[in-house]
Amino acid sequence: MTELSQLTLVEAAVALRSGECTSVALTESVLHRASLTEASVHAYLTIDRQGAMAAAEASDRRIADEKPIGPLDGLPIALKDNMMTKGIETTASSKILSGYIPPYDGTVVKLLREAGAVFVGKTNMDEFAMGSSTENSAYGPTRNPWNLDTVPGGSSGGSAAAVAAGSALAGLGSDTGGSIRQPAALCGLVGMKPTYGLVSRYGLIAFASSLDQIGPLTRSVQDAAVLYEVIAGHDPHDATSFPGPAPSGTERLGAGVEGLRVGVVNELSGEGIDDEVLAAFRATVDRLANAGAEIVELSLPSTATALSAYYLIAPAECSANLARFDGVRYGLRVEGSTVDEMMSLTRAEGFGSEVIRRILLGTYALSAGYYDAFYGQAQRVRTLIIQEFATAYQQVDVLVSPTAPAPAFELGAKTQDPLSMYMQDICTIPSNLSGHPAMSVPVGLSASGLPIGFQVMAPALGETVMFQVASAIEALSDDIGRPVLEVVAS
Amino acid sequence: MPIDIDIAHVAKLARIELSEQEMAAYRAQLGVILDHAAKVQALPTEGVPPTSHPLDMVNAFRDDVVTPSLDRDEVLSQAPDATDGFFRVPPSLDNE
Repeated sequence: MTELSQLTLVEAAVALRSGECTSVALTESVLHRASLTEASVHAYLTIDRQGAMAAAEASDRRIADEKPIGPLDGLPIALKDNMMTKGIETTASSKILSGYIPPYDGTVVKLLREAGAVFVGKTNMDEFAMGSSTENSAYGPTRNPWNLDTVPGGSSGGSAAAVAAGSALAGLGSDTGGSIRQPAALCGLVGMKPTYGLVSRYGLIAFASSLDQIGPLTRSVQDAAVLYEVIAGHDPHDATSFPGPAPSGTERLGAGVEGLRVGVVNELSGEGIDDEVLAAFRATVDRLANAGAEIVELSLPSTATALSAYYLIAPAECSANLARFDGVRYGLRVEGSTVDEMMSLTRAEGFGSEVIRRILLGTYALSAGYYDAFYGQAQRVRTLIIQEFATAYQQVDVLVSPTAPAPAFELGAKTQDPLSMYMQDICTIPSNLSGHPAMSVPVGLSASGLPIGFQVMAPALGETVMFQVASAIEALSDDIGRPVLEVVAS
Repeated sequence: MPIDIDIAHVAKLARIELSEQEMAAYRAQLGVILDHAAKVQALPTEGVPPTSHPLDMVNAFRDDVVTPSLDRDEVLSQAPDATDGFFRVPPSLDNE
């Protein structure tokens, strides 16, 4: 049998149910893997060895006693550190929340617990999910298991690196401008952002509330569909939560693409995209055509302004959301003689430079005299983007593009140039603005052995057809395998 | 056209204490990003309503039923300073 830590979620679930292995063995396998890889990869901020082993033992007892078990029973999963976990430190990779122990579980955490999942630990991320490389962590960067000199992408780079390295079977990330899909592309995984509102944001440390969405990072499309189905659904704790039933993720897996209309977005698959990424993208589009899909070239001119609109809307919402970190109720406090001084000193000390940059940008964009010119105008452009997508989806079932403009870049390569870092999310941002679901599937490796991702986008509540197309792409693509990571016992 | 930002005022509004050097650096970086954002300002949007929610959705209300809130002591245990069941902060006015 394959090394347990390298199984997909679905393979591991089958092995558990048939008695071929135990959850304790699975969990020990990923924890052992973490003990070998963490010194070089640094995917985790906190590993909850004790909690994980206790959950694994409880799962094994449920299975042995033939009690009812959940869809994720006994499966070791990693959680991004911006999701509230009762009793386990949660920092969003910020100094301002160092030592913070949440008094409650976020809704996704609760749903995963009820489904029987075993939590390995909390993963590293860009501070408050702001970044595209996981270098903006107050606790040091994560490295890409495919090549330790490169970044895993961000901001869910810790969860992506954990799954790629074998120190979790799957992970959860959050996606505000591409923070699940871009690290999935850079780490050779499947990463999926559901329709806005399908997954509760209760207990997710907010970055930009109208864009944030939680989703899975997995080794297969089927794993992503299974995990998505566990976390999707209405939550009365989240006022923006979608009130109806969530579309199925698994229903049309493997149904092929015969007769489906696939739209290639011209603006997202040309200028600014690396040659190797474009070649892999074109080859995959050809494969879809050969498998019976109708390919339609489409123009979405507003996407050219999506990045600019995003970098007004997201910072504006972040400046409002991060106002709660003021040294009063939780986290760091730097003493001052007045409450105002205490807050200003605390925030200067507690936030990293990228977070400060975005708070300042957002504060400026929302301030008197500039609100309409920047924030208001960006929200009107957003409406144009949503309308353009709606028109496109009258002609096609899904839209496709590369996920990231290039394979993983070297650590430090873009840290001094915020705009060039922001360009990383150029293909992923439009579907955050529109609220539509989107996912990344690995389709190949670059000449230097780095993964390349392919993005599938679908209309709101179009998860079923999106998973259908993604599973076809997975079946039509060569298996990129797993990273060969030289490990040292720590 | 480079955008003129009163960075000291913005930092004050944001409640972030910054040194002169930090202010100069952020001012320059914000200028570059806002120049890029000028693309957004150039787009004609007359008569286009701003997006308030990405999906066409109304508020979701729950039944008005009292449910337990978080445990007060547990919540206060995470505060930097608390006393008698309250968060404790420095004076909100200085003594001038």
